[in-house]
Parts: sequence; C-alpha cells; structure tokens
Amino acid sequence: MSILTWTYITVGLSFALYICVAIWSRAGSTSSFYVAGRGVHPVANGMATAADWMSAASFISMAGLISFMGYQGGLYLMGWTGGYVLLALLLAPYLRKFGRFTVPEFVGDRYDSQLARVVAVFCAIFVSFVYVAGQMRGVGVVFSRFLEVPVEVGVMIGVGLVFVYAVLGGMRGITYTQVAQYTVLIVAFMIPAVAISEKLTGHWIPQIGFGASLVEGPNAGRYLLETLDAVQRDLGFPEYTAAWVGGKKSMVDVFAITLALMVGTAGLPHVIVRFYTVRNAAAARWSAVWALLFIGILYSTAPAVASFARMNLIQTVDGREYTEVPEWFNTWERTGLIEFDDKNADGKIAFVGDPEKNELKVDRDIIVLANPEIAGLPNWVIALVAAGGLAAALSTAAGLLLVISSSISHDLLKSFLWKDLDDKQELMAARIAAAFAVVVAGYFGINPPGYVAQVVAFAFGLAAASFFPVLVLGVFDKRTNRQGAVAGMGIGILFTASYISYFKFFGGVESQWLFGISPEGIGAIGMVINFVVTLVVSRITPPPPQHVVDLVDEMRLPREGPVAS
Amino acid sequence: MATESGHPPSQTHDQDSAAERASRENHASYWRSNLRLMAALLAVWFMVPFGLGIVFVEPLNEFHLGGFPLGFWFAQQGSIYVFFVLVLIYAVMMRRLDREHGVE
Repeated sequence: MSILTWTYITVGLSFALYICVAIWSRAGSTSSFYVAGRGVHPVANGMATAADWMSAASFISMAGLISFMGYQGGLYLMGWTGGYVLLALLLAPYLRKFGRFTVPEFVGDRYDSQLARVVAVFCAIFVSFVYVAGQMRGVGVVFSRFLEVPVEVGVMIGVGLVFVYAVLGGMRGITYTQVAQYTVLIVAFMIPAVAISEKLTGHWIPQIGFGASLVEGPNAGRYLLETLDAVQRDLGFPEYTAAWVGGKKSMVDVFAITLALMVGTAGLPHVIVRFYTVRNAAAARWSAVWALLFIGILYSTAPAVASFARMNLIQTVDGREYTEVPEWFNTWERTGLIEFDDKNADGKIAFVGDPEKNELKVDRDIIVLANPEIAGLPNWVIALVAAGGLAAALSTAAGLLLVISSSISHDLLKSFLWKDLDDKQELMAARIAAAFAVVVAGYFGINPPGYVAQVVAFAFGLAAASFFPVLVLGVFDKRTNRQGAVAGMGIGILFTASYISYFKFFGGVESQWLFGISPEGIGAIGMVINFVVTLVVSRITPPPPQHVVDLVDEMRLPREGPVAS
Repeated sequence: MATESGHPPSQTHDQDSAAERASRENHASYWRSNLRLMAALLAVWFMVPFGLGIVFVEPLNEFHLGGFPLGFWFAQQGSIYVFFVLVLIYAVMMRRLDREHGVE
C-alpha cells in the first residue's frame, strides 16, 4: 500500500480513538471540567503530562534542531527536562495541596490580592495563546504534507477535533485523550528510532546505539560519533560533539538559555495545572516521577535520532549525482523543504560547510518526518510518524486551550465580572470560552502572524520571569507579601518583555546583548530580578496577614483535606 | 478557617495545649527534613547539567564513555537520567518522611 493510504488509515484510526475516549470521559461539573474531578491516577497523569508537554516542536522539530546544532542542541534536552525537577520538588505537591482550579487563583489567594491575580491571568492567557497558535500550525503542516490536503483544511479538521474533546470533555476529556495521544506519539517516535539504530549500529536501544560503532559502510567498526565528527570536519562543518566553536552560541548564552527553559517549564500554567488533577500532594510527587519517565523516553531518544539522521543524510546525498537521488529527495524538494542549487554545474550535490560552495538546503523540520524514508523503512512506519506528529500537536493544544478557557471563565468572569454565577452557568461559560479559544487558535493556525517564531521566546521568558518566583516564594517564604509579589512579577515581566521586544522588533543587535545573553535566555535574568525585587519589597512592607501565614503552614503538609481561605 | 487538623481559627497561642505544641514541633521538624533533602537534590540538579554538561564540558570531553565524549554525554543523555533519579529519590524519601511524621 502507498504511504498516502497508510497515512489515512493511521490518522483515521487514531482520531477515532480520541473521539471514543472523549465521549466516554466527558465532563459534567466545573470540578470535572477544570481538574478532571481530582481523581486521575499518577501513572495516567504522568502520560497525560508528557503528551501535554511534548508539542509539535518536541516531536517534529527538536531532533532536527539537534541534528544541525550538535552538542549545543543539548540545551533543549536539559532545559525541557530539568524543569520537572523544579516542579516535583518546589511546586507540584504544594499547589495541589492548596487545591484551587487555576494558577492565577493560587496567586490571588496566597497573596490576598486581586491585582496579583489579574497580572497572573494576563500572563497565563498570553503565554498559552503564543503556544497554541504554533500547535494549530503544526497540525495544518502535517496534514498538508502527509494527507495532501491544503493547510487550511488540515487546521479546520484539527480545530474540529479539539473542539469535540476540549469543549465537551474539559480537563477530564483532555486527560484521557492525552493518555491515548501519548501512546500514539511515543510508538510513532520509537519505532523508526529503534529500526534506524539497529540498521546503523546493530543495537536495538537508540540510547546505546548512539554511543556504539557503525556496522556497515566504509567506516564500519568506528564509533558513530567519532565518524560523524570526522565527516563533518572533512566537509567544513563544525565537529558534531564540539562545544564552543566559531559560529555557535557562547557558554554564557547556553547556560542562560538552559536555565530559562528549565524555570520557564516549571512556570508554564498548562503544565502546572496537570498536577491539580491527582488525588493529593503525594500523588502529585509520584505523578512527576512518571511524567519525567515518559518524557525522558522521547528526550533521551531524540539526540540519538539526531545523530543517526545527520549520518544518513550526509552519506546519502553528499557527492551524489542529482539524477540518481532517492525518491524521498524529490518528494521533499517539491514541498520546498529541500533545495538543491547546482552552483558549479557538475550535476553532483555538494553538502558542505562553506556557504559559497554548499548546494543543498535542508529544512530542520524534515529530519524527523523524512528520517524513516531516508533510512528506507516501510511505508506504514512513515504513516505512523504523521499520526504521532498530530497527536503531539493536538494534545498540547488541548491543554493550552483549557488554561485559556479556565482563566476566562473562572478567574475573570466568576471572580470579577459575574460573581453570582452558579456551577452550571460557570460550566457553560467555560465551554463557550473554550470554543472561542479554539476558533481563535484555528484562525492563527491558518493565518500565522509573521512573528510566531519570534514570540516563542516570550512564552518561556515570561513564564520564567513572572510565575516561577512568585509561586516558589509563595510556598517557601512566609514573609513574601502582596506588595512583593506584585512588584516582583511586574518588574520581572517588564524587564524580560522589553529586552525581548528590543532585540526582536526594534532592531537590537548582538553586540548590545547584556552579559552576552540572547533574548531566548534573558528569562533567566528576569527570574533573578523577580526573586530579588519580591524578597526586598516584601521585607520593607508589612508582613502578610495571619490567615495567609496559616494557609502556607497548612499547604506544606501533604495530608488530605482542603486549605481553607 | 478551620483546617483538617481541627485548629479553630480563633485559637490564640497562649491557649495551646501541650498536644498542639507537640504537633507544631512535629510539623516544623518535618519541614526542616524536607528542606534538607530538597537542598541536597537541588544541588545535584544544578551541578550535573550546568557543571558537567556546560561549564566543564570541554575538559570532560577528553574522557570517553564508549563512543561518547563524556561532557557531550552529560549534556545529551546523562542529565536526563539524573533528573529522573532525583525526582524518584524525592518521591520515595518523602513517602517515608510523610509516614514518620504522620502527615500523609
């Protein structure tokens, strides 16, 4: 069967599965809609968290990025997993014990301040919209490449599907669909990785094959990474495993970006809110263990896939006659993601480090998508990758949409504008807000603003510089008060947002970077500033009232039972 | 204001019974043990990726783990494994601590 037929089968079956799960687990109350009734098993929540977290970027783009960056690609691996240690130790058990529905609600109650809550709502909605637009775009792109439908139609199908299970099912529907989506995406990621590892190195486990020797070709018996370094050197690229070479990021910048990604991860509302869905604080700790296991499987495999793909790509294309290229080359060339320009007109492809002589441009996104084809794996494996990419994008989109809808219905409507809303009306408001958010996300998926890529730095930077310090100090420092929290969040956001805006939109240049830190990494500094401001301002203003101190005391004990306010 | 432990909100400190003082002391010692454990685990959390994976990556790359230069391995593999072990240790140790202090 052709790739197209197989793709229709895998995508159709996986969508049917999600719909069935969603119908079985639809929500009937606000508790069920916002936090899945707080009865999710830690293993199920671990899988749901993994799917929630791993987006189209993790599944489709990350291995490709690492493949082109070599050693420095490790900043994504460390940054996007290290945040879970912070979550597990500093936030998840306590926020769960606190027992609210949303992250802004925690901020509002802990600091006894509606202003702090509004600032938090604004950040939550902004960060989530930035993220979700990228996910819907990812859905559209996978559809257009694999199912040969226009991007717009792909986005509409994705919107329709998310609409069904996010609007009807709320957190409960999202949770169990995410469990199904994790299964689909991890199988889709691992099958090609295992097959390619076995082919190149003879080891079934990619994490071992990554450090093993090649089994065939002119370099048989030589370590994969050693060979890759040598081949890269010969072609004029920097060595794959080399750390600080010309044209790459500086050590300070890698340090700052890694820290910003870790802290940003721990501050992202759609990730934190997943820990609200388990039974108690202890279950939240175990849930983080499972989440990191499930995430770690993909994250430790991705760099192996990256090196295999780099090896395969160079071996397949460099020096080859253009007329003899394999079929996948032409397929991807038609999509514009591979470009060949025969500069010296010798009919051969030159893939080299020197931009004057290099004749081949390869888009990073195709590394994962085209890898099974490059490695010559069967058609059903290629089709499975499409289903996996869609699972990754849809599961993350749904989690983000829930944050947006609960921020609107619970934090804005119920607590400010329309306080006498009863549970049924609030549930209806949450559904309407979710529907509205899905439609807006779909619109941005079809008409992506040109600056989507630029604003992604905002999402992590703002999460790191706004939420993280206030949440951590809210648990660990009883002296931190409303004045400190509002000042810290305000200045943290202001600093980070102006730094990023200046360099992304107002023509700032690299030589002006503060301490050599790029806009992607500035959230790390924003976080430190927030911590300092919050601590200092809290200490020169009156201490928080006794009922807030009691609240913190109770929050620190994992025993069951709500923390009253 | 009433919490699960049954303190009425109006209770002032001079009315505390011996049992309540013991309970407070127990909670304080639980919290201190938690903070000590966290500090140790967070020190490892910081040292491995930032120390071994970034700052000392070049000297470590002189050593090899199979086909991996060691610093490269910490940046692309080792850190992830260490993170997992850290959260696992925390969950196990805290389960024990919760039981010892009767706060589960």
